Amino acid sequence: MQIRLEHLFKKFKSRDLKGGETIAVNDFDYTVKDGRLLGLLGPSGCGKSTTLNLISGLLTPTSGRIYFGDNDVTELAPEHRGVGLVFQNYALYPHLNVRENIMFPLGNLKGDAKLNKKEMAQRALKAAELVQIENLLDRKPNELSGGQQQRVAIARALVKMPAVLLLDEPLSNLDARLRLKTREEIRRIQKATGITTIFVTHDQDEAMSICDDIVVMNEGFIMQIGKPQEVYDAPTSLFVAKFLGNPPINVFKGRILNKEVYIGQDAIMPFEAFDQEVYVGIRPEGFIIDKEGPIHGEFVREEVMGKDKSVIFRHQDFEGENVRAIVPSEAAVEVVDDHINFALKKRKVFVFAKESGKIINPERS
Amino acid sequence: MEKRNNKAWLYLLPALAFLVVFLVYPLIDVFVYSLEEGYNSASQSYYGIGLYNFSYVLHDPYFIQALKNTFILVFITVPLSTILALLISLALSSIKKLKEAFETIYFLPYVTNTLAVGLVFMILFKPTAYSNGLINMLLSLFGMGPIDFIDGPYWAKMLVLCIYTIWVVLPFKILVLTGALASVNREYYDAARVDGTGKIRTFFKITLPLISPILFYLVITGFIGAFKAYSDAVALFGTNLNVAEMNTLVGYIYDMLYGASGGYPSYASAAAVILFAIVLTITCINLLISRKHVHY
Ligand SMILES: Nc1ncnc2c1ncn2[C@@H]1O[C@H](COP(=O)(O)OP(=O)(O)OP(=O)(O)O)[C@@H](O)[C@H]1O
Ligand SMILES: [Mg+2]
Repeated sequence: MQIRLEHLFKKFKSRDLKGGETIAVNDFDYTVKDGRLLGLLGPSGCGKSTTLNLISGLLTPTSGRIYFGDNDVTELAPEHRGVGLVFQNYALYPHLNVRENIMFPLGNLKGDAKLNKKEMAQRALKAAELVQIENLLDRKPNELSGGQQQRVAIARALVKMPAVLLLDEPLSNLDARLRLKTREEIRRIQKATGITTIFVTHDQDEAMSICDDIVVMNEGFIMQIGKPQEVYDAPTSLFVAKFLGNPPINVFKGRILNKEVYIGQDAIMPFEAFDQEVYVGIRPEGFIIDKEGPIHGEFVREEVMGKDKSVIFRHQDFEGENVRAIVPSEAAVEVVDDHINFALKKRKVFVFAKESGKIINPERS
Repeated sequence: MEKRNNKAWLYLLPALAFLVVFLVYPLIDVFVYSLEEGYNSASQSYYGIGLYNFSYVLHDPYFIQALKNTFILVFITVPLSTILALLISLALSSIKKLKEAFETIYFLPYVTNTLAVGLVFMILFKPTAYSNGLINMLLSLFGMGPIDFIDGPYWAKMLVLCIYTIWVVLPFKILVLTGALASVNREYYDAARVDGTGKIRTFFKITLPLISPILFYLVITGFIGAFKAYSDAVALFGTNLNVAEMNTLVGYIYDMLYGASGGYPSYASAAAVILFAIVLTITCINLLISRKHVHY
């Protein structure tokens, strides 16, 4: 089912007497296409959970409309929306075992949809098989590992066959390897069921790897929407550029002068735009070791990581401590007088306006 | 490990010493007294050892009356007050604005002395030269005759005692239960709502199991407390409880020791041992049930 969100706002009144308010969601306007996996991405406190709760109905929007398919569900209570929701902390009922937890939503079905005990157990078993926990059905939640609990929560959300599945940072409590495994699993389950899914995370790796589309949020605003690779390759703002990518993008103070981008005294590339102060973002993989290259810094060290290696160097116009360049591990590191020079891949270099942080695209002449 | 244990015992020693002196020793003493037949407190001598004291107490109509009263009190007030407290706490936790106002009202008896509250009940139930008490005034509005709640029929007096007891224990239970309800993670309710769970099913399938440990704690301590009831009856019906047919087991024991007809520590001890046995049995049964139904 398609989820259409029209100009959603959610404001929270502050508790202090001044009557201030937090705008947790600011003009969220987007349509999730049927059967897609959407990643909702942003730093802590940017309004991801709030957006999800608006869709589930646990919160009502201050203004704006929510449609499931063609139905306006804005005023509909959560119990009638039929969404599956996986909570940040799973919220498994501690007094019920895994089977009873998964069966719980089925006990709410009324009228024709009502199931008997046997049918419920069968449906629960099916859902459990989907997430591969059929051998844990008699355990209590506190006898499960974090990853197993998470899968129970997904099974519980899936068992009533919802048209919409919402996942709120479901992997945040897992260790790195389990995260990797379970996110693939979520993707597999989503593909297998074809349920329209919204997946909240503040981990860009997670969103990039499994989502069809991502929405990057900051302080309630949508910063950018698109396919993960598109957003990564063409960020529209410094915020998005910084937020996506691991290791993060390197940001330098720079300026445009006579149709050239300068970092310090070095003209690094031609650029059709009027003269101004800018930030220059260079992806770590945008550096090529080259004695003749335009950008240079004081060599610090190299870190080998399998097929790639990081070359760490210092640059006086860099925003932060050390610049990190990633090059193939067989590339020769040529250090002259403690200094190292790089050429740049143009596609990996982005120029942002100093004040607004917006991308500056070179004017085609 | 061994050494650690020794140290633990050492730290516990002062507390244990106090417990032995003030709890264990009197307990043993009571058992010994209860077996000494024909004890004379003046000469501090007795005729023999045996079960006569128990036989006497169990054949004493006052004791039987006290036993009956206590059981009625226990099995009516404990479940009723617990259910009532639960309902009130539920109302309190769902109506935020009324919370503070309600809390003051229900905690009045908590901060006022038992005997002072007894006075309030007097006004409600006791006939005076001018009126038959507030409750009777209300009853007369519905055309029902005045009932003497203080010196009248047994059921009327028992009713007053039960209401009074519930009133006295209610605040503590409400306090504990509102705390228990507040400590249930909101996410369970959110999860249940999203899954389309109705209010009633949510209560019975989620709220109740999650607060069941505290509920059982209240029931168990409630039973023990109700078995020890005494001052409530005194507050309502004065000290001559045997005549009023309103005595309780603890009242009976007290009367046997210090009452007008008192001075029989052996009988009092025998009654105390019987009370002890009853409370122990009931508590064990309670624990067994709770072991089965409280899940974590
Ligand atoms: N009930 C509330 N009352 C007031 N402010 C709230 C409430 N819920 C959330 N907020 C505020 O709204 C903003 C967005 O919160 P939200 O929980 O959606 O963040 P999030 O993106 O999910 O963050 P995280 O990644 O840490 O979970 C925050 O600034 C938060 O303080
Ligand atoms: Mg959140």
